[in-house]
Amino acid sequence: MTAIVLDNVCKTFGKTPALAGVSGEIAAGRLTGLVGPDGAGKTTLIRLMAGLLAPDEGRLSVAGLDPVVDGDALAESVGYMPQRFGLYEDLSVLENLHLYAELRALPRRDYGRTLDRLLEFTRLGPFTDRLAGRLSGGMKQKLGLACALITSPKVLLLDEPGVGVDPVSRQDLWRMVQELTAEGMAVIWATAYLEEAERCEDVLLLNEGKLTFRGPPGDLTRRLQGRCFQVLGQDDRRNLLSRVLALPGVCDGTIEGDRIRVVMDAGVDLPDLPGVTDVRPVPPRFEDAFIDLLGGGPGGHSPLAEQMPESTARDDTVSCEKLTRRFGDFVAADEVSFSVKSGEILGLLGPNGAGKSTTFKMLCGLLEPSGGEARVAGVDLRRAASDAKLKLGYMAQKFSLYGLLSVRQNLAFYAGVYGLRGRQKRERISQMVEALQLGPLLNRSPDQLSLGFKQRLALACALMHRPPILFLDEPTSGVDPITRREFWTHINGLVTRGVTVLVTTHFMDEAEYCDRVALMHRGRIIALDTPDNLKARAGEGASMEQAFIHLIEGQGDE
Amino acid sequence: MNRSRLIAQIIKELLSLLRDPRARAILVLPPLLQLLIFSFAATLEVRNTTIAVFNEDSGQASEALVTAVAHASFVSNVVPVYDHRHQDQLIERGEVLLALHIPETFSRLKMAGEAAPVQVILDGQKANTAQVALSYLQAIAMAQGDAVEPMVLRHAFNPNLIYQWYVVPSLSGILSMFIALVVTALSISRERELGTFDQLLVSPTTPSEIILAKCLPAVLVGFVMGAVMVSAALFLFRVPFTGSLLWLAAALGLFMVSVVGIGLMVSAISETQQQAILGAFSIGVPMVLVSGFATPVENMPLILQWVAQAIPLTHFLVIVQGSFLKALPAEVVVSHLWPMAVAAVVMLSGATLVVRRRLH
Repeated sequence: MTAIVLDNVCKTFGKTPALAGVSGEIAAGRLTGLVGPDGAGKTTLIRLMAGLLAPDEGRLSVAGLDPVVDGDALAESVGYMPQRFGLYEDLSVLENLHLYAELRALPRRDYGRTLDRLLEFTRLGPFTDRLAGRLSGGMKQKLGLACALITSPKVLLLDEPGVGVDPVSRQDLWRMVQELTAEGMAVIWATAYLEEAERCEDVLLLNEGKLTFRGPPGDLTRRLQGRCFQVLGQDDRRNLLSRVLALPGVCDGTIEGDRIRVVMDAGVDLPDLPGVTDVRPVPPRFEDAFIDLLGGGPGGHSPLAEQMPESTARDDTVSCEKLTRRFGDFVAADEVSFSVKSGEILGLLGPNGAGKSTTFKMLCGLLEPSGGEARVAGVDLRRAASDAKLKLGYMAQKFSLYGLLSVRQNLAFYAGVYGLRGRQKRERISQMVEALQLGPLLNRSPDQLSLGFKQRLALACALMHRPPILFLDEPTSGVDPITRREFWTHINGLVTRGVTVLVTTHFMDEAEYCDRVALMHRGRIIALDTPDNLKARAGEGASMEQAFIHLIEGQGDE
Repeated sequence: MNRSRLIAQIIKELLSLLRDPRARAILVLPPLLQLLIFSFAATLEVRNTTIAVFNEDSGQASEALVTAVAHASFVSNVVPVYDHRHQDQLIERGEVLLALHIPETFSRLKMAGEAAPVQVILDGQKANTAQVALSYLQAIAMAQGDAVEPMVLRHAFNPNLIYQWYVVPSLSGILSMFIALVVTALSISRERELGTFDQLLVSPTTPSEIILAKCLPAVLVGFVMGAVMVSAALFLFRVPFTGSLLWLAAALGLFMVSVVGIGLMVSAISETQQQAILGAFSIGVPMVLVSGFATPVENMPLILQWVAQAIPLTHFLVIVQGSFLKALPAEVVVSHLWPMAVAAVVMLSGATLVVRRRLH
């Protein structure tokens, strides 16, 4: 049975087309993933289905209704959970549910039954008196889901429900959604995580407003059968990856712990590589297929890293000892201790709110610790002389750039703030422009750039003074997989030149690029090890996410 | 202090100000509108009033007084009343601004050459307007008095009480203050919202460099705005200028530095731009009220008089008004310059401290 029909749906905002002729069907009783990078048009499509936007062209039918004409009837049969569900943070869980029941005009005699059912379903029963603002990211999502389910809709639209949710709560969400589809509900789960897409029964793959694939994800990945390999080399895996990506016929390559994952173009065999000790074929993943669909990943060469001087100093380390930060009675970072060796990538991995950014800010000297010690290149940055900060390059979350200044002016500003001047300043800027291909964009505002170019510009600004230590705070959030690969090519190149990198991320698969990973959960580091060792703890062939879940469950709280 | 770090930041601040179409609009439009509104609409003069006259005296002197009042330019309508009750009713209902009560002894006392008092009842709800009207009445009564030396009330420095002579120079202070306050209040909090403030704090630049770089463009903008207002007073409204332009320029510059200090303080404390704007106005409006622009500082309670002395605008208003009308001597200018300098130093160091505390 078909729940939603899309017929050549187009929507344009200003001059930018958000959706360009999307057609397809979404079946009832199935979980359909609406997959694509940020800006692909996922949210626009969901809002069209929810009747919050009208299409410029084409038609939609949701649960047999036209969302534009039958707005009132649609509200009965469609549940919608936006990216930030409109929970009232100052109301308790139960009060929020009551409010939404009231707003959805649920008959009063049904209140008790409906709310009991939802509380049991979401396992929020023990927390009915807690303020919504005090819930963890995962519980907020569950409460949002409960509010969206009040009218027992036929179609449930979830816009990126997995964002900001720890892996355990995400498991819960999957379980709930599976129960709902088993009852015959059509569930649409929008996501930018390609590994989430793999778990959906059907997938609508969007890229730049166009539908690039429709069907079960297996149909797409099956095409890559026999083209994916894991390769173990003698020398440094980052060098190996860079070499492999330069070969003809290689479609894509990433680092996976000690090994590299290589995807070959169709019909091309993996060539013999000198220094390779082990090659094993691996099953293809949805992300491989997505990259293949887009024509393959970027090369493995970083012109940016080539400009960096080789760093041989052994004292460019980052360390913290029992670093603690309390906000009132909430402990955001709880006795965090780790150290990053010179020329190493250490990843802080965890869901939003796990304490990554707090730890990060204390290390940079942006936040005063309630206890413990943080040292960058041997000094406490909060007390250090300003020249000590020249050792540090910092790329903030969401790429902090001056939108009112042009790209050129941004570069000149960051060069100047790090004390560069005269010929040196001009040289560095032109080197950055060349290495990151920013030339044609110099007079644009950063706000007009795509996310990928913003990321490049932010990286250029952070590296202008050639720091031996680089801090990256969620550097790839919201960026499409190809741009993420490009970015990691640069970081890999920098590390082979001896740059020390500390990176936070909530992408589990990105942890694979790190030499060691610190898993953070509720303000504490629950494990710190190499990616391979972490995965091995969860059993043979486990993914990073499974490893994380395994470790959290080993904690045994809540 | 590192020169290239400082220059980079000053350029950044100027560019953010000049490249932002909204900021440009905020800089140009409201001051023009306010100049027009304050100069032509918001009048302190009293006109077109209705008054009541309760004349119990039938002598010639009282008739002359009533005629003079009725023909006074600020009176448009005279309501004759014949008893106290009616007179009080008119006041209570707000139908008249004031009532003039001439007792029956008026003419007799006048003939005898003695002081002949009359009673004036003012509507206290309209205290300011009524006060002004009262002073007009007093002028008329004095002109009527045929004492040996007739007393004449004359307003020094502004004999015709052209209120624009007073308002327009003062506006140069008030408008430039608000512009500078808003521009600076937004500057740190905007960077905080963008996330670029953290980026600045992890760079080698020091808090004092950050504050200094944020100061200069705002001072410049405020100074230009003030200068435009002073020019408007000089050339558009032809207010006589009797003081020294150099001293006035120095005062305007120092005034701007102190205001920018206050703005940066607000900005450093605020988390968001919204808080900063609200903060700027909730500080700016009371400053104008206490500065003596609307009501004389001498009439305020003692505590408020002290507060007024701490407000840079109070001193700048004295200087700018004095420079235009009074030929304010240099030593008086200086005596009002140093309180502004103190305020500037206190506020700027305060803002630097707040920024530094984010680091330590």
